[in-house]
Amino acid sequence: MAKILVVAESQGDMPERATLSAITAAREASTILDSGFDILVVGGPGATRDAAALTCYGAEHVLLVEDATMSVYLAENFVDTVSSVARGYSLVVAAATTFGKDLLPRVAGNLDAAYAADCSGVTEEAGALSFKRPMHAGNVLGFVKLGTRIQVATVRQCDFEAAVPSAGKSPIQVLQSVAPGKAAARIEVVSQKVMQNDRRSLADAKTVVSGGRALKDRFFEILDPLASVLGAAIGATRIACHAGYAPGNLQVGQSGNMVAPRLYIAIGISGSIQHVAGMRGSKVIVAINRDPQAPVFQLADYGLVADLFEAVPEMVRHIQLARKDVGAH
Amino acid sequence: MKVLVPLKRVPDPDRANQLRAVGDRVDTDGIPWKTNPFDEYALEAALRLTENGKTPKTRLGEVVVVTLGPKDAESTLRAALAAGASRAIRVEATDDALDGRLVAHALKSIVVEEKPDLVLLGEKAVDSEGNHVGQALAAMLDYPMVGSATRMHEEDGGALVRSERDGGQSILRTRFPAVVTVDLGIVSAAGIVARNSEADFSYWDGVRFIPFTAILQAKKKDIVTRTLDELAPGIALSSTYYRFDPPPSRKPGIFVKDVAELVDKLANEAGVL
Repeated sequence: MAKILVVAESQGDMPERATLSAITAAREASTILDSGFDILVVGGPGATRDAAALTCYGAEHVLLVEDATMSVYLAENFVDTVSSVARGYSLVVAAATTFGKDLLPRVAGNLDAAYAADCSGVTEEAGALSFKRPMHAGNVLGFVKLGTRIQVATVRQCDFEAAVPSAGKSPIQVLQSVAPGKAAARIEVVSQKVMQNDRRSLADAKTVVSGGRALKDRFFEILDPLASVLGAAIGATRIACHAGYAPGNLQVGQSGNMVAPRLYIAIGISGSIQHVAGMRGSKVIVAINRDPQAPVFQLADYGLVADLFEAVPEMVRHIQLARKDVGAH
Repeated sequence: MKVLVPLKRVPDPDRANQLRAVGDRVDTDGIPWKTNPFDEYALEAALRLTENGKTPKTRLGEVVVVTLGPKDAESTLRAALAAGASRAIRVEATDDALDGRLVAHALKSIVVEEKPDLVLLGEKAVDSEGNHVGQALAAMLDYPMVGSATRMHEEDGGALVRSERDGGQSILRTRFPAVVTVDLGIVSAAGIVARNSEADFSYWDGVRFIPFTAILQAKKKDIVTRTLDELAPGIALSSTYYRFDPPPSRKPGIFVKDVAELVDKLANEAGVL
């Protein structure tokens, strides 16, 4: 019987990109624990479709809890069901999305299990499972072993590749939901506002164009054309979000998105410690800033000291030209 | 209203890049302790909920602050008392002999004793980067819990809370007692709408300034000391950090002279365009 449980995020008929990262983490853990893994899908009427979409990733079973009262995610409604399934496993893992970071620590609390948050790696230490975790705004990588019978972890999407489908088909096993505790009757979701350019596209983008406070209320006017010519997601610093220049869900940093794209372009960003925490894993970092002393230049592969209001539109024109040249050959 | 605010001290987050990973520990020598910024936001939110904004010296309700740590960690509590907290509790512990599970257990016992209407915490500690004590505590207590709150509008016996989520926001309505973890937005001018303040009152942006006289007065206040044996009997440390590494180093970068060179390098050297 599988000892590893992946808790999937049930949102539509495509497996969530984040869930595919969690499956990759489970596969890595499965060689260490010498065990297969199961995937748990909990949700409303769409959950059956989600479960079917997850049968081709090599799980021993896809466990499905479909309940009309679980169409909208509310941790208080989910936690007892997920905990009751998780009780039979040694490792419970999910992606470190809002869903995973909200739900899994509660499962850990319910099961009195130790929890490793936001892991960037699953490794082996003296025959036991251990987790690699960025700490102190990414300035330290900690390696932790959890000492409870059940271990619970969330993993960073940007550090675990999306699992690719494998041969074979996992059987779906239908389970019943468990009645939620008292807390569920004392909280409700009043409304949900979903914005475009969401965290998932940020976490998954090959290129991210990020702006800081210096852009002021021309944030999107300046960044949109560059993002569009590069097919990039847009990110922002905490201060740009707090000042209202960009919506909060675009925030890159310690309390926002963790990204590790192929190309990260920091525009008008000084490079504070908490911002760098969210993007230091990027393969190539470009910084455009008027201040040559800005700390971001210590991190950047390519630095340009310039007025961003001139440099960014110019960059758009140059990229378009470069593309045309390539197209002409 | 009675609010419990757990506070954690962390090595000065503005100097996190001076920390050194040394084998099985992190060298914090020479780096001063600060209150975890997110916990400061939680304290500010708690103060706003328990005062008339026009007369903040009078506490209308109670804000109890608690920390787990050695005697030294009392400075975190004293700063909170100076800011306006009513009482302080320190749970005797060694900083590196704590983990989220142990903290949640101890806090649970304090909640059972103190019976606050609300437990307000920072969404994460910037040193250990957990983001889980609030959730685990709520699960243990079977309390409703809202994470990463950036707005809180007090209602009769509960609150409307705006929570930052992937790709957007949720508005949740919770009854008290509840657990809420907060993000920076909660200390914006419109972060807290509380019944104790007039409807037209607007706060400043950020946490409050603490006058020097308040710091002096706070030095004289009593801090209650508790032990983990009392509050989390039989609970051992279950997260063992056996190694710390520095982050992967990056090769030094270059300055380019203009946009043309930048685009050329990105296309032909880095190959990322």
